[in-house]
Amino acid sequence: MRSGEVRSGERSADIAPAGDPALTRRRLPRYLRRKSAGDVIFDACNCLILAAFSVTILYPYWYVLLLSLADAENASSLGLRLWNSGWSLHSYEFALSKYGNVVRAYGNSIFRAAVGTALGLIFTLLAAYPLSKKNLPGRSVVTIYILITMFFSGGIVPEFLLVRNLGLFNTRWALILPRLAVGFYIIIARNFLMTIDDAYEESAFMDGANYFQVLVRIIMPLARPLLATIALWLAVLHWNEWFQAMIYTRDESKIVLQLLVRRMIQDLFFIDEAVRQFQTAREATLPSQSVRAAITVLTIGPIVLVYPFLQRHFIKGVFAGSLKG
Amino acid sequence: MSGVGTDAGLQPLLAIERWRRAKRMRLLYLFLLFPVAALFVFNYLPIYGVLIAFKDYKIIKGAWGSPWNDFEHFRLAFESPLFGRILRNTVIISALRILFGFPAPIVLALLINEVGSQPYKRVVQSVSYLPHFMSWVILAGILFEILSPQRGVVAAAYGLFGQEAPNLFGTARFFRPLLVATDIWKEIGWGTIIYLAAISAINPELHESALIDGANRLQRAVYITVPSIVAVVTIMFILRLGSIMDAGFDQVFNLYNPGVYEVADIIDTYVYRVGLVDLRFDFATAIGLFKNVVGVVLIVGANLIIRRYSDYAIW
Repeated sequence: MRSGEVRSGERSADIAPAGDPALTRRRLPRYLRRKSAGDVIFDACNCLILAAFSVTILYPYWYVLLLSLADAENASSLGLRLWNSGWSLHSYEFALSKYGNVVRAYGNSIFRAAVGTALGLIFTLLAAYPLSKKNLPGRSVVTIYILITMFFSGGIVPEFLLVRNLGLFNTRWALILPRLAVGFYIIIARNFLMTIDDAYEESAFMDGANYFQVLVRIIMPLARPLLATIALWLAVLHWNEWFQAMIYTRDESKIVLQLLVRRMIQDLFFIDEAVRQFQTAREATLPSQSVRAAITVLTIGPIVLVYPFLQRHFIKGVFAGSLKG
Repeated sequence: MSGVGTDAGLQPLLAIERWRRAKRMRLLYLFLLFPVAALFVFNYLPIYGVLIAFKDYKIIKGAWGSPWNDFEHFRLAFESPLFGRILRNTVIISALRILFGFPAPIVLALLINEVGSQPYKRVVQSVSYLPHFMSWVILAGILFEILSPQRGVVAAAYGLFGQEAPNLFGTARFFRPLLVATDIWKEIGWGTIIYLAAISAINPELHESALIDGANRLQRAVYITVPSIVAVVTIMFILRLGSIMDAGFDQVFNLYNPGVYEVADIIDTYVYRVGLVDLRFDFATAIGLFKNVVGVVLIVGANLIIRRYSDYAIW
């Protein structure tokens, strides 16, 4: 065995033989840690399968990146290539120019994600904290009130009519207010807060603090992992949301990124016209697929950048809430 | 109530104590007021708005003032041949997604679990979650390019054999398989989380004793790992069945086009077009209501089954 010599039981996880997780946990007699020929073949195949799988997941993103940076000739037949033979930044120039409307859409998306996340976090906490108090009279009634919203919904048409009747149609608030309180997040947050020991609060109450002070000074610092998780959920939710943007906003000035991308994909006239103006102004050839690719890259950029941080928190958060029945 | 509660003399005292406690915690009720009001406006009022499904809705008269119309919308819907089509498409697409999409993450989780190298394992997991965080708007754009008949990967592959590539998204017989495949591509990694958690909860001593008894890896996978996650798999499956009326609006809506409505149009996309494009608010609400009621019955049923037979449940 290459790395099989285990000196202390505690550290064995770090230097365990490759290929079999069952053997990585504890000290086992040497003859049991030996891999058979079949094991070696299986491990090799398994690694190859998973590598191929990872490539199929990642290649499309690489493809879009190449396309966004390709010159006109490359962009018209990128095919199976892994590298461009000619490069161009025209698509990004277009995106950032006045023809592209991308800068404004970026601003709108950032506004929506920032305000939506901040308000959503506050509302989630305002609901979850009281509901985490087991002795709060009426707690179960409110919990049921929230659970009902997770199962029943009016459907898109009544929601649309409501937004219109409230005078929110074609305003930025139509994209933020309907997601102020999300039942699922409230329940997850409540479950997390219920695990915080009451002793932390008791001493503060002794000193005469009220619930608001306790929430801000004691609970929020203790619930930081939870707050990070919910904030990321809300931010991704708002960043990726396009349907409400499509039905609730009309003005070009209020367009969010996802909606801009959708229009460029679904409405070819919409993009061709803008690209034609850009080409005339800059005397450059610019295939519309490169433009779409560039705006796609710009749209998923923030998610990919925060992704390593994001996925760690997401996973922890999912378990904090889901493992309590 | 039992014990203390049966003593009639204590009841008023308990009520008073409860009232005092509520008064002491009044700030908490103030907190609750905000989310409760938000849910009331944006979740409960639309439920009330469903009323127009039973009415001949006139915008000026509002939901309450519009005249009842004797289930005319429902009669019209159920008699329409289009209704059969959208219901069929919804159930077929959903069933295909369950049939192929449900087992996929389980298989991937078992494969990932067999990887010994922790860094490699982490990398594969991290990569596999990525598409989950992309919207269908973005993924549709990427897929249209890659599967484009003029350029893109599929065109190049066909080109190698000197053939013309088909327009995959415009061809009815390819459309549903594409929905299923791209849905798996997006969600397979995310789906492994719960199974990997279940696998990591297995007591390692089980594996060790099996090893000492001479079991090989396949035997341990089949007789230890798989049986240990059967409970979770069953729960996930029942929950998944409960959402069979959701055939994936975001995905279908961003990928389909009028050329494939015959096989692709589902209840949700139809409700959108009839309600918010043709502006037949009342009729669309009626069809949406039908879907929601069936959906709620299935989901609540699924949860009741799970509650009855296990410790897990949504509520």
